[in-house]
Amino acid sequence: MKKLMNKPDDVLRGQLDGLAKAHSDLLQVHFDPTYIYRSDAPVKNKVAVISGGGSGHEPLHGGYVGKGMLDAACPGEIFTSPTPDQMFEAAKKVHAGAGILNIVKNYTGDVMNFEMAADMARAEGMKVHNIIIDDDVAVKDSLYTAGRRGVGTTVLAEKIVGAAAEAGYELNNLADLCRKINLNGRSMGMALTPCITPGSGKPSFDLADDEIEIGIGIHGEPGVRRTNIKPADEIVEEMMLAIMENIEYTRTLREWSDNQNDWIDVEASDPPFNTGDNVIAFVNSMGGTPISELYGVYRKVAEICDEKGLKIVRKLIGPYITSIEMQGCSITLLKVDDEMIRLWDAPVKTPALKWGI
Amino acid sequence: MLSRNDIIQWIKTSATLLAENKEYLTELDRAIGDADHGDNMDRGFKKALLQLDEVKDKDIGSILKSIGMALISSVGGAAGPLYGTFYMQAANAVAAKQELSDEEVVEFLQAGTTGLINRGKTKPGDKTIIDSLQPAIVTLKNNIQEGQELAEAMQGAVHRAEQGARETIPLVAKKGRASYLGERSVGHQDPGATSAYLLLKALLVTLESR
Ligand SMILES: Nc1ncnc2c1ncn2[C@@H]1O[C@H](COP(=O)(O)OP(=O)(O)O)[C@@H](O)[C@H]1O
Ligand SMILES: [Mg+2]
Repeated sequence: MKKLMNKPDDVLRGQLDGLAKAHSDLLQVHFDPTYIYRSDAPVKNKVAVISGGGSGHEPLHGGYVGKGMLDAACPGEIFTSPTPDQMFEAAKKVHAGAGILNIVKNYTGDVMNFEMAADMARAEGMKVHNIIIDDDVAVKDSLYTAGRRGVGTTVLAEKIVGAAAEAGYELNNLADLCRKINLNGRSMGMALTPCITPGSGKPSFDLADDEIEIGIGIHGEPGVRRTNIKPADEIVEEMMLAIMENIEYTRTLREWSDNQNDWIDVEASDPPFNTGDNVIAFVNSMGGTPISELYGVYRKVAEICDEKGLKIVRKLIGPYITSIEMQGCSITLLKVDDEMIRLWDAPVKTPALKWGI
Repeated sequence: MLSRNDIIQWIKTSATLLAENKEYLTELDRAIGDADHGDNMDRGFKKALLQLDEVKDKDIGSILKSIGMALISSVGGAAGPLYGTFYMQAANAVAAKQELSDEEVVEFLQAGTTGLINRGKTKPGDKTIIDSLQPAIVTLKNNIQEGQELAEAMQGAVHRAEQGARETIPLVAKKGRASYLGERSVGHQDPGATSAYLLLKALLVTLESR
């Protein structure tokens, strides 16, 4: 293993220190427990938007802390969910009296830790909603698995929901918007190489030189199938077909109910993609794939959207939700309405996404 | 009967057993997860040990609660909230007690298990922690009701837990990371079911060595 690091144990700490030093105008980092927060938090009258998850996916989530996006992010150890005390302390730091919205990727650990954190915050009188993102169509059934994983749509949700919070949306409306984004977003990833976590020093899975894995998760979870390397257009076609395939995907997600004062199971299904839909197309690098190759991928994504009558109204291309140095990419399509486009265009100023300011 | 001291000894023995089995648990997790379960549990119980000093003169509920908090704030992943909830709910069932009758031992272990099941939305056969934990507690309860002594009853329970852990091998995982493997999870023993067995074994060792 070759990495730009000192000791494996202090990798995370060093990186967070660097983030704080580089972007002291936007954010600060608190240690013990660890969380990253907006320098100007709490922002008066605004719902605080918080996310978090295992580290190793940078710029997710810490790189999205700032104006128009996240109020706080809680990084766990590499590929390990953060703990409730981090989320709870972050909530106390950024809560401005208007409530907390936690955006949670659908991994067993993340979901349960954020639930406990929400319970803790609620016990202190804060209003809290957790909205789960589960957009990875590589996972086909929800009955016999932990369900679809949360991937690319998370980035788009953090941007759009962050803008809505900045614009003064109330907590319940913000939760509705985030839920809508999740149901309208679908992603699919693929890997050319595995990645190596600094702690283990070993590849997260084995992949032969001429092999690729389609449907990979952002921690190297197994995908749909392994195959020999093929021309990029064929790979993109397979991924796009999976994303646009309108199979009914129904799952139960646990959400907090103010009325029942308890966690309840909510059933939800994806609406289909239809000809004439407006979409945001997001082509993401897993970390090791250069932007040039992403443009090659985007060309085919655009061609397929054209054929299917999907109109790409906005796009995002680059490394935004990564898997350390893994080579590969993911594609996300998010069906958007005018409100979502307006919020997408709204000003944002974070280390990783910046426009309009 | 279980005293405050027994509970403290149980935690210490748990930490020892988990440290001894750290690599083993992590290897099990490498096969069907992300190769960290042994490290997670070891880290959590090391933290629990550090906090024992502060609560060692308090009641059993407070001791169990401090373990729960230590696990919740240091384990992370899926096991952190699950085992954390186990000790927190167990603590609620016996709050303020200085010692536990045999029936109360069953009660607090069952309360913890129920809490864990609710937190993880798990069913028996999903290839998780509860596949060893839940049948073991049922065995313990039956043995106590039949008039067995606590140590003897616990021996049966630990046997059942070990068997439950082994019985996860042919199962398809339906919860947690392993579930993404689907059929590919068959043929491997579940790490969480194994660590639960070790925690019960630690209780047995405690009972037998007092
Ligand atoms: N929903 C659940 N209910 C009960 N146990 C679970 C659940 N999900 C996962 N587990 C247990 O957690 C264990 C894995 O723990 P660990 O490796 O520490 O966490 P992670 O999977 O987040 O890396 C699994 O072996 C399984 O027994
Ligand atoms: Mg694990």
